[in-house]
Amino acid sequence: MRYSALALAWNAFTGNRHWAPAWRDASPRDAYDVVVIGGGGHGLATAYYLAKEHGIHNVAVLEKGWIGSGNAGRNTTIIRSNYLLPGNIPFYEWSMKLWENLERELNYNVMVSQRGVLNLYHSDVQRDVFARRGNAMRLHGVDAELIDRERLRAAVPCLDYDNARFPIEGALLQRRGGTARHDAVVWGYARGADGRGVDIVQNCEVTGIGIVNGRVTGVETSRGTISAKKIAVSVAGHSSLVAAMAGLRLPIESHVLQACVTEGVKPLLHHVITFGAGHFYVSQSDKGGLVFGGDIDGYNSYAGRGNLPTIEDVCEGGMAIMPGLGRLRILRSWGGVVDMSMDGSPIIDRTPVAGLYLNAGWCYGGFKATPAAGWCLAHLIARDEPHAVASAYRLDRFAAGRLIDERGAGAQANLH
Amino acid sequence: MRIPCPHCGTRDAREFAYLGDATVQRPDASTTRAPERFAAYVYLRDNPAGVHRELWYHSSGCHSWLVVTRDTLTHAISAVTAAAPTASLGSEAKP
Repeated sequence: MRYSALALAWNAFTGNRHWAPAWRDASPRDAYDVVVIGGGGHGLATAYYLAKEHGIHNVAVLEKGWIGSGNAGRNTTIIRSNYLLPGNIPFYEWSMKLWENLERELNYNVMVSQRGVLNLYHSDVQRDVFARRGNAMRLHGVDAELIDRERLRAAVPCLDYDNARFPIEGALLQRRGGTARHDAVVWGYARGADGRGVDIVQNCEVTGIGIVNGRVTGVETSRGTISAKKIAVSVAGHSSLVAAMAGLRLPIESHVLQACVTEGVKPLLHHVITFGAGHFYVSQSDKGGLVFGGDIDGYNSYAGRGNLPTIEDVCEGGMAIMPGLGRLRILRSWGGVVDMSMDGSPIIDRTPVAGLYLNAGWCYGGFKATPAAGWCLAHLIARDEPHAVASAYRLDRFAAGRLIDERGAGAQANLH
Repeated sequence: MRIPCPHCGTRDAREFAYLGDATVQRPDASTTRAPERFAAYVYLRDNPAGVHRELWYHSSGCHSWLVVTRDTLTHAISAVTAAAPTASLGSEAKP
């Protein structure tokens, strides 16, 4: 069924009894051309673009839980392309362009809201650093504006501009940045992929990868053996574990990254705001809750939950720029397991095993990359060569010394 | 999370700084394939889901480097030893 205002009205007047499921909960078949391991946003987007852009419809997405139950459902929903380095800007800008047309593309309301992303700066030096970033963005055709203190104060009055330690001097603004509804992104891609013949198989955990003569033959799963000509790994947080099934060690550590949401309040913050002198960023959800987060806890973890000192650090950062935050109660906090790559940048590449493709190492930033990661991984699988905008995200860049150190930190949180 | 420091007793994790996997060992630069071994030493990790031996530094305490054996699925700590005597007993660098 195609969603439209007419369909909405018709279903409303018939008691909403005729909505069909948006995708099939498929059972796995014996063989596929491509098996995508991981039914998050990235994996489903990969399957969607494989079918739509490359005509490869005999595809299965295998998900060990339910789709979107991993990091796709645990992020803070921010989309932006305000990067500095040449290896990053074209990729994230392509992702932003895909976001801007995603609802039309999928016929699904993913609630893309280009409310603007403001990176606060707190000193003259930091202003210069942000000016350089903004210039790099504009040279690549990305929108960026440097906003001074008075213009910022008019737009966002609720911040502590005269903080004694970190006075707010202004911000770098990307107007096209904003937020999207994370679950809807998963469901929209799932529906789009399913409609093009992709099997979405839930509760199907991959337990082994078959390899004969250096080439993949298929996967062992909790629902039986599935043979495949090509296999893509898109399992953020658990990439090392799945790669180990193929005998690979990755330049990745798994860490826990936490986020929080407060009780709902009336419209307070229009933009996404990041603190330039501490670990804190915040936006207001459509339900009114302030959604915020900071840095990783800083030790290897697959627990999916973190510890309170990190929450405390994040809240201190929040109080430093937005004292009014202290009047709100935190409803809940949660953690996600993220792949921290050793240079802080992702990997979309072939592996030493023929027919095995890797999409990993997304660190803090996997959600905003969802459309382009799917687009580029699908391109890599279909044509066996990297897409132009993802050509820097190679697995061998670590040994070769071609790191993309956007933050100069990687997995070492104490370097941040 | 609290870490039982062998010198100071059980202390809050925020007294400590984390370095990472304690099992990787600096390779011998004179061996064959030294560049590959160094790349593996610097960048590649087993990253296990389960028991992990890792280095912590007691920066707000005794300033000792510790080898902590911790389960990455539960954060439960099963052993803590001072790093200095164990460093030479660690496993060889993995290829």
